[in-house]
Amino acid sequence: MHALLTYGFIQRAFLAGVFIAVACAVLGLFLILRKDAMIGHGLAHIAFAGVALGLFLNILPLAAALAVAVAAAVAIVKLKDRAGLYGDTAIGIFSSLGLAVGILLASMARGFNVELMSYLFGDILAIEPLEVGLAIGLAAAVLLAVRMNYAKLLFMTFDRESARAAGVKVGRLDMLLMVLTAVTIVLGMKVVGILLVAALIVIPAAAGLQVASSFRAAVRASTAVAVVSVGAGLGLSLALNIPASAAIVILCFLAFALFSLGKRGRGLSARSK
Amino acid sequence: MDLIVLRDVSFRYDGTPVLVDIDLTIREGDFLAIIGPNGSGKTTLVKVILGLLEPSSGSVEAFGKPLGEFSDWRKIGYVPQKATHIDPFFPASVEEVVGMALMSNRKPRARSGREGRDDILRALDEVGMADHGKWAIGRLSGGQQQRVFIARALVTSPRILFLDEPTTGVDAETQASFYDMLDRLNSKEGLTIVLVTHDIGIVNKHVTSVACLNQRLVYHGSHEDFCRSGVFRDMVTRGDHFISHEH
Repeated sequence: MHALLTYGFIQRAFLAGVFIAVACAVLGLFLILRKDAMIGHGLAHIAFAGVALGLFLNILPLAAALAVAVAAAVAIVKLKDRAGLYGDTAIGIFSSLGLAVGILLASMARGFNVELMSYLFGDILAIEPLEVGLAIGLAAAVLLAVRMNYAKLLFMTFDRESARAAGVKVGRLDMLLMVLTAVTIVLGMKVVGILLVAALIVIPAAAGLQVASSFRAAVRASTAVAVVSVGAGLGLSLALNIPASAAIVILCFLAFALFSLGKRGRGLSARSK
Repeated sequence: MDLIVLRDVSFRYDGTPVLVDIDLTIREGDFLAIIGPNGSGKTTLVKVILGLLEPSSGSVEAFGKPLGEFSDWRKIGYVPQKATHIDPFFPASVEEVVGMALMSNRKPRARSGREGRDDILRALDEVGMADHGKWAIGRLSGGQQQRVFIARALVTSPRILFLDEPTTGVDAETQASFYDMLDRLNSKEGLTIVLVTHDIGIVNKHVTSVACLNQRLVYHGSHEDFCRSGVFRDMVTRGDHFISHEH
């Protein structure tokens, strides 16, 4: 195992995986608390169309997915605002469209080939140096944007009306959050794949929320769950020759289950006092 | 000094008039109650003043500037209706809740982390919640939460504080100490307070002026004149809904 860690492709996988995991965990907290957790699924489906477009046009699929997902995120926010659609309707419309366009483009680009499958199911161990640089740079940019707008995002998430009254431009922040989520989803699909990327957004954050009494503590706990799951998942994948994406998501779920049981135990003991 | 000036303000919702030709001036040092029956437009009026709703016609000035040009929102604090109806599981400590306003304003002052924390502790101390800074907001009682939301509104050292039905669902004893606190902030700290309420007991005991609303502004003046004017008696005679708590 120790010898495996000296390989460049494994180091790249760990490095990119950790950065992406942190971005997923932090954004996931805001999305869950805003009751927007399903945006992850929606944007992942839309990113599929981007990947298929990239393969069809023979350009970097990650870049094409990024452009398509960001454009869709902007469109979803605008559609929600202007068309006055309820809840997740805009997400449902765009995710279905994304999937349909993706299937169409994939079939036109000579069907579902191996590369497309790697995006569907994730293949972080096959991540290219260029993609590592892109992933680390974008994940760092996402985290910096959240850091700069942390209090405003928290205020808006906690009490939207008071935030508006205090001068927070909630419309701009909605847009920022959706764009950051689109970027993070595209990065995450390289780690666990389009089909499971929403899990990387939702489960570590949900686990963190089980044990935290402050938002800062929730950020720490969610980040720890995501990073440990990605790191250990990659390790298990190498040691047991199992898919890294499945290992990572199952580890995230185990952490969530553990934290939930711990919370329940504390609740029961507090009630019995 | 006139802090807020409304001129001929009307607001329609889907064509239905909610506010009609409101002229209202709020002066520095006022402890103003906005009263009126259910559906009279009290909350809408506050939201128009705060820029949360755009008036259909008329103008609003804050601190001598048209609202569209006003940017120093630190001068205005706001505690919305049902502020305490928060998600009890939201993971935010009391200090985080108060700090949100400090860090979020349109024109933030350059405050270091230490100064910001001092501001938070001062605001919590002001409302008697300094010992609860690390508590999760969801663990507090309704009355305690309300104090925290007042602290959040006070943390930017505003000159005027808007409170919309702040003690709904809070027990009578807690309400009494809450309004004593508002009295102190108004009389000792010079904070201008605008309180939306339908509790005549509060109006009788605490406020200095009254704005009575029923889509139109049917009365605006001192509390004493309001009691003599018969406006309130007319509204009660019509069957408008008010309550009266003794504090």
